[in-house]
Parts: sequence; C-alpha cells; structure tokens
Amino acid sequence: MASYLVKRLGLAVVTLVLLSMIIFLAGQVLPGDPGRAVLGNFASAQSVRVFDHRIGYDRPFVTQYWSWVSGIVRGNFGISYQYNSPVAPMIFSGLWNSLKLALLALCIIVPLSIGAGVLAALNVGRPLDRIISILGLSGSTVPEFVSGIFVIVIFAVVFKLLPPTADSGAGAGFFTQLDHLVLPAIPLVVEFFGYISRITRATTVEALDSDYVRTAVLKGLRRRTVIRRHVLRNSLLPAITVIASQTGYLIGGLVVIETLFQYPGIGDLIYNAAKNKDFPMLEAGVLAIGVIYLLATLAADLASSLLNPRVRIDATR
Amino acid sequence: MTAAPPGDRAGGIGAGPPERTAVAAGASTPPAPRTVARRLLRSPTFLVGAAVLVFWIVCAIFGYSIAPYSPTAISYSLHAVNAAPSAAHWFGTDPDGRDVLSRVLVGSRAILQVTPLATLLGTAAGTVLGLVMGYFGGLVDLVLGRLVDAVLALPLVIVAFLLIVALGASTLTLIVVIGAVFTPHIGRTVRSAVLGERELEYVATARLRGERAPYIMFVEILPNVLAPILVEFGVRLGYAVFTVATLSYLGFGIQPPTPDWGVDISANYIGLSSGYWWETLFPALAIASLVVSINLVSDAVEKVLAG
Repeated sequence: MASYLVKRLGLAVVTLVLLSMIIFLAGQVLPGDPGRAVLGNFASAQSVRVFDHRIGYDRPFVTQYWSWVSGIVRGNFGISYQYNSPVAPMIFSGLWNSLKLALLALCIIVPLSIGAGVLAALNVGRPLDRIISILGLSGSTVPEFVSGIFVIVIFAVVFKLLPPTADSGAGAGFFTQLDHLVLPAIPLVVEFFGYISRITRATTVEALDSDYVRTAVLKGLRRRTVIRRHVLRNSLLPAITVIASQTGYLIGGLVVIETLFQYPGIGDLIYNAAKNKDFPMLEAGVLAIGVIYLLATLAADLASSLLNPRVRIDATR
Repeated sequence: MTAAPPGDRAGGIGAGPPERTAVAAGASTPPAPRTVARRLLRSPTFLVGAAVLVFWIVCAIFGYSIAPYSPTAISYSLHAVNAAPSAAHWFGTDPDGRDVLSRVLVGSRAILQVTPLATLLGTAAGTVLGLVMGYFGGLVDLVLGRLVDAVLALPLVIVAFLLIVALGASTLTLIVVIGAVFTPHIGRTVRSAVLGERELEYVATARLRGERAPYIMFVEILPNVLAPILVEFGVRLGYAVFTVATLSYLGFGIQPPTPDWGVDISANYIGLSSGYWWETLFPALAIASLVVSINLVSDAVEKVLAG
C-alpha cells in the first residue's frame, strides 16, 4: 500500500509541475509582449517597456518561471493587473463561493443519478432504460449555458419562482443563499447526470449478472433484499469513486455557469481575468482548478485502491 | 452504452473527463460496411439524429436563401425592436430589430464550418500521438503520457479558453486550438486500441520481415484501429460543437458580426430580465438540437460498429 501511495503521489507531483509549465507558457509566453497586450495598441513604447520591466518580462524565461513557482509555493500568486492587489485572497474567496455551488450541485447529482442508474439497470433493455440513457446522453452533451438558459426562461421568466442571478449579496442568510443557488445548480446536475447514471447502470448490471446474486436468488431471498444487500453494496462503491474523480470537472463547468448567473466564484474570476488580459489572475485561477482536479483524482484513486485490492496490486506491478 | 470498468483507471493514464470514450468499440472486428448501413437505417436513434443534423447542414449551406428576412438587416423603428413572436416574425425580433428565425437558420453555418475541421485536425494529430505512444511504449509512452495527463488535468473548455486568450481570437485560432486540445484525448483512445494490436502476430510478422516502425504503425496497425477512431471522431464532433458554442458565448469563439447562436445568446441575454425570452431561447434550442443530433448519430454508429 505504501509503495502504491508514494508512486501515485509522485505521478501527481510530476503532472502538477508539467501543468504549471503549460499554464505559464500559455499565460506569459504565447501572448508575446504582455505590456503591449495589456496596455493596448495606443500605449507608447516607453510605457510598455516600463510595464514589462515591472512584471519581469525582460528577464530570461527560466528565471521568470522560477520566481512565479517559488512565489506560489510561498502563497504569493502574484499581483492582479486589473485590481493592482494580490491575487491569492481573491482566488480563495472565489473558490469558497464556487465550493458552495458545487456542493449543492453534488447533493442533487449523487442521489438522483445513482437512483436513475440503478433503475435503468433493473430495467435493462426496456423503454425506461432507453429513456434514461437518451436523457443522460442529451443532458451531458448540451453546453451548460444552454441548459442554464432553459432553466432561467422556465423558472425565472415564465413562472417567476426563483431569482435569475446567483449572488445573494453580502451577509445573506443560509436560505436566501440557497434560494439563489438552486437555479445555477440545475445545469450542473444536467451535465453530470448522464455520466454517473451510466456508470452506476454498468456496475449494477454487472452485479446483477454475478454468481453471488444468482445464489442469493436461488436460496430464496426476496428480490428487494437481494438488491439491497447484494447488488447495491457491490455496485455503488465503484460509482462513488467515479463521482470523486468528476469533482474537478464540476469546478470547470462553473466558469460558464457563474458567468451566466453572475456569481462571484472562481469561474467568474477566470472569465473576467481573461477578458481584461489579467494574466497573473488567469494563471492562478486555472492552476487552482488543475490542483483541485488532481486532488480529486488522487482521492478517487486512493479510495478505489482501498476498496479494491486488485487495483492496488495491478498498479504497482 | 458501454462504460469503462472503473478499475482500469488507476493503472492507466489517469481518470477521464465525464465523456464517452471509444475503446470498447475496438474490441471486436467491425461488421461489413453494408451491414453497418442496414443496421443504421433500422435504428430510430440514428434516423432522428440524422434528420436533425441534415436539417442544420442544409441551413448552413442554403441558410441565406431560406431565411425569410435578412439576418443582418438592422432596424431601430419602435415596433421592429424586441418584438414578440408573431405571424410576421415567428421567433420575434432582437434588440437590433433583426429577425430571430433568420438568424437561427443562418447561425448554423459558422459552427458547422469550424467544428468538423477542428475535429479532423485533432483526430489526425491524436491518431499519430496514440500510434507512437502505443507502438513504442516504454519511455516514450511514459513521457508523452505525463504530458497528456497534464493537459487532461484541466477541463477542455478551460484549456481552449486559456490558449485562445493567449493567442487572440480568430476562426483559424479556434480551429487550431480545439484541434490541439482534442489531440491528447484522442491520443489516449488510440493508444489503448494500439496496445491491444501490438502483441498480435501480424505485427510481429511485419517486424520480422524487417519493416520500419512508421510502416508498421500506419500501414499495418492503423487499418485495424479505424473503428474506434471513427467512433471517437463522432464523439469529439459533439464535444467540438459544445466547446465552440461555449467559447462563442464567452466571447472567445466565433466573432461578431458573423451570425452565431452562442454570440446571440450572450448579446441578448440581458433582455431575459425584461421578458424577451425568444431572443435567447430559440438560439439555445438550436444549439441543443444540433449537439444532441450529433450525439444520437455517433451513439448509434458506436453501437452498430460494436456489433
């Protein structure tokens, strides 16, 4: 177990370093002259030079990368071009807001899609199975902002049940916040329903096919008992590890949702940074999403290796 | 619908996004083309998807002749702006007095030009990457695998977004960037298909004959992994539409004044709070129907190819 853990952590660190290089390359090198990109075509050559010198663009690439990375390790994510203040506190408050939205979405996604997946598996080949699979497929392929428009039109414009914006203002109570977050959570649910219900269906079908379920049926257990005690117990564990690995993607889907619903989370931060060519903010935000994804994947892998020794042995070979 | 067994992730190349991959389709030898065509024509999923897709392709080609009004004619007279759906304007008009139905019909052109090209580019590059990783294995696979992992550690839209912001938005950038972000995804699928082929006898025979690596990869192995590549192309095409629409909505995809659904939604979104739902709802329905139709078609093809 220990060697598996070390190996898995090592791979995650390598991936993280490569990721930081890619992000740095995209943010610092590809735009060409950041001073020109930020200040625009009408800025004088002198002010562009001053800007470039201030952010250290005139130093060698490796030095720049090193000072960026060592800053991040010490908690210094750089200075935002837009706000002229440190990026880190804004990133953390954005992450906190996004976390609230993501948690609410997960609270709806998990029971709903697992329930639908099991239901589909119990009805393999019947119309209900086909309907769940088509709904899931359609939902997961429609862009989040499109399903977002649908829910806004239905719930906020036509029926006026819920507010169309997610931000409930500072100091709002729990239920006010919840009220504002329900609509933005729905597109995320739609997005992930298909994948998780499909995985649950597959693992449940596999469990239903197994020898131990046949034995349980043959020894005369009631169908409900067989499903609860033998089928679900074996089919839900893999589904749960898959859900953990999707958490990073959930955060990714937030970029669009937060723009659509005007919610001050990490996605909104990244979007505004990109629009205003605020490269330090953009890089830190994208890196934060990458780190969360890696952590989620790591947690999922560790969970599945704890639950299933075969994975662990296979990976250390 | 085939889902990858959850166990294969930990040892492989890392967890995938919430996406379908085409690995399963390569397991058996694909049926003959005529059988494929016959089975497709009997699949309701395929027929519905194909009908909608063909409708949008026709609109992309002939949209400007079909459209009842000019999709770009601006009119600011009092009754022409933000008019609700009526007999004259079935889908109403937008804040610039333009006919929404005409803009929806014409709006399929740009996205249907960009997405197939980008997907083709990504599939070609991904196939080469996957063949190289799968065939050589060892250190090459390990190093490239880490790079693929690093790119896959970010949601596709965010990678595309970052690159387009850095490079500046244009149609060409859009095609190249989407092709580039698809490359590792497709590479991963092709790699696992190649891994299954590499150990087979015909590859060993070719090696003993003294064939060079490129010959073995492209002439011997490639024809045998075409089925999963084809399926992957279909799945990716759906994601390309997803990505381009999202990027256009965010202002980093197709650029105005080219009529585009995502651009229209972001421009008219503000009108929702005044109750002008038709200006955003109809373009949104158009995107949804196009994406779903592509996925119905590729889902049906995947099922038929898998036998």
